[in-house]
Amino acid sequence: MHTEIFNHYEAKDRSALIPLLQDIQSIYNYLPETALKDISEFVDIPLSRVYGVATFYNQFRLKPLGENIIKVCRGTACHVKSSANILFALEHELNIKAGETTRDKKFTLEIVNCIGACSIAPVITINEDYYGRIAAKDIPKIIKNYSKKAPKQEPGVTKEEVEK
Amino acid sequence: MNSYLNLCCEECWHSAKSPCDQFIKCCTDGPLCHHNEKCKDKFKHLGEQLRYSEHEIPIIFIGMGTCGLAAGAQKVEEAMKAELAKLNISAKIEATGCIGFCAKEVIVDIKLPGQVRVSYCEITPKLVPKLIQKAIVEKTIFTEKVLGAHDQNKLDVSLLKDNPFFKHQLKIVLEHCGIINPNSIDTYIAHGGFKAFDKVLSLMTPMEVVKEISASGLRGRGGAGFPTGKKWELANKQAGDHKYLICNADEGDPGAFMDRSVLESDPFRVVEGMMIGGYAIGASAGYIYCRAEYPLAIERLQNTIELCRKYGLLGENILNSNFSFDLKIKKGAGAFVCGEETALIGSIEGKRGMPRPRPPFPTDAGLFGKPTVINNVETFSNIAAIIKKGSHWFSAIGTEKSKGTKVFALSGKIVHSGLVEVPMGIKLNEVVFEIAGGIPNDKKFKAVQIGGPSGGCLPDRVMQTQVDYESLKEVGAMMGSGGFVVMDEDTCMVDVAKYFLTFIQSESCGKCVPCREGTKRMLEIIERIPKSYKSTKNKTDQLQRFKGIIHLKRLSSVIKDTSLCGLGQSAPNPVLSGLQYFREEYEEHLYNRKCTAGVCKDLLTYCIDNALCEGCGVCLRKCGVEAIVGEKGHAHYILDDKCIRCGMCIEACRFDAITVN
Repeated sequence: MHTEIFNHYEAKDRSALIPLLQDIQSIYNYLPETALKDISEFVDIPLSRVYGVATFYNQFRLKPLGENIIKVCRGTACHVKSSANILFALEHELNIKAGETTRDKKFTLEIVNCIGACSIAPVITINEDYYGRIAAKDIPKIIKNYSKKAPKQEPGVTKEEVEK
Repeated sequence: MNSYLNLCCEECWHSAKSPCDQFIKCCTDGPLCHHNEKCKDKFKHLGEQLRYSEHEIPIIFIGMGTCGLAAGAQKVEEAMKAELAKLNISAKIEATGCIGFCAKEVIVDIKLPGQVRVSYCEITPKLVPKLIQKAIVEKTIFTEKVLGAHDQNKLDVSLLKDNPFFKHQLKIVLEHCGIINPNSIDTYIAHGGFKAFDKVLSLMTPMEVVKEISASGLRGRGGAGFPTGKKWELANKQAGDHKYLICNADEGDPGAFMDRSVLESDPFRVVEGMMIGGYAIGASAGYIYCRAEYPLAIERLQNTIELCRKYGLLGENILNSNFSFDLKIKKGAGAFVCGEETALIGSIEGKRGMPRPRPPFPTDAGLFGKPTVINNVETFSNIAAIIKKGSHWFSAIGTEKSKGTKVFALSGKIVHSGLVEVPMGIKLNEVVFEIAGGIPNDKKFKAVQIGGPSGGCLPDRVMQTQVDYESLKEVGAMMGSGGFVVMDEDTCMVDVAKYFLTFIQSESCGKCVPCREGTKRMLEIIERIPKSYKSTKNKTDQLQRFKGIIHLKRLSSVIKDTSLCGLGQSAPNPVLSGLQYFREEYEEHLYNRKCTAGVCKDLLTYCIDNALCEGCGVCLRKCGVEAIVGEKGHAHYILDDKCIRCGMCIEACRFDAITVN
């Protein structure tokens, strides 16, 4: 299904490599080995080089992800507002380490350097939803909303609202 | 006529395919090629509408930048629409970018016909009915959440610019942020947009543009502060048919969000700056290298570029001037080192983003081996204003060597976090205590971190320092891209140094040894400081700790002197500035084995106050490592050996019985 993507690019154009990888990842959520081989052929670069690029950038993953992707911001502002505790609480709650996926493939926990929402630090994002100014004790409630597949928690809630 | 692309009458023929050189002038003063009162009226009315000065129904502006959306702007908009429909009021909802006061989001402005625009802050969906009732139905002021009015008024509302947060600011780059609709090119043109580009095309030669920028004294806002005019001059003098212009929007510094906000709130300004730059150096194509973590910014840029093409402002033969220029967006893939020029070029070419030695400089051989100029988002945002108002106006702002303004992203332990633009030369303490409103919860100020991982932490005693490239360097920080993180007494400086080193270590590209290995060793030394050998069970720890400290300074200077790129060269800065200003704190960790800020976990002990503990058992259940023991109804006890100092018990305790020493 990824071969269609190649229509948007010129063959043997090396500068298309990163956009290609990004597009492939947006389909599968990760980079399958077969896709990497196809890219290598299309761009005419050895597979080793493609692999080199795919492993250099933080954005690319070579393993499939869980259903919900939790990103914990570890930027300076979040760090100062103790995002380490948030991360610990998440690891504790999900029983995985950062970078891993739960066994039921429901959640993947990731660390990002900064998502640029420093004014509402500490921030985590789950899929596309932002949760700002949270505390470690809000974590179980937030996670519960996603694991039950119940109606989604309103994005953008602050600490006070979760408490209610 | 509801857009400048709609022709006023048959006499006008501008389109992307048949460009007219008077298009931009025509938009604001038009029509110029023929005399017709009706057409003149059309242009005048459209302009007034787009400047929001002439309208029949109320206009509601909602701040929809990432910070606004994260605070729930989408919900507010939905609530607004529902409420308006319920009351049967017709009003126009205009999405704007971020005005900078991120702490007070969601910000909603309401402008009634013939009245001034009034800003309200901290609006939630619940407040929407009240707000509409007061501000639109009763036509008064919703006093509980009013922030200020945009102009003089008779309503007894204080002016927005008198608010302490805005009072000390001077907005050039952020002039339109949060004021105009970032998705409308017409609005931008009506607010004087593309006038500078038009002036450059019709009146100036490329060399004159370069000279004007040189004379203004504008320096690169990405951190290093290289004179922009000089860079352009070098590229301008290069022969060759292909040259490139790159806008560096790979804002990787943790704690910085200036570029994101500018791209989201006023993308046309950045693009106009790039067009002028392209003309000045003779480039045919430009790239905007933007972080993939900023989806909204990328979306708005894409829209901007498409609109510019549609209006004939990008593409072939722009405004019939024979100048052709087009822009492409390249999404970064998450690598901090790609903020470095040569690494960024490598990344666009599809390689691993690793820096290479300079010379040759990008202005000689850059992207695909062609002369290339790379400037930062903020630098490009200054260009249009300089061309429009002249280099004299710009160089009158700021200090002797640093001209103009600088945008800072204020965050951390302050009352008003957000985005501010201040003239160069302002004192640091003015920014922290007057604009940012000081430290919340009566805590004591400890340090301000400027310049991201390459910068330094500055304490109270150098807060009189001016904000300019040289002064900041002198005190051990650097301008950087503009991250401004304030820390209070609860922040541990050893921990901050450890944090930055961890960041640098994981982001080091691995090409040169001093950076790859040196930062690793440095991190090990710093990590050992707050470790207790109770947890490592390694009895030589104490010895290693002191040995490491002895080498720390020398190691730093070797990394500084021998690293290939800016990332490595500035990597030791957070540690060096820490040692310079917070030596006592390092010593306290080393000799007294104490962390006053209560951050370094290994040095803390948790205990339960017998008198306060009710023995409810909540903490016992919460504890992940079974370190809490006790019977129900009796005071509990924490086993220090098992405790991993996660703090979950403190969060869980309802009686505040757990203390940290």
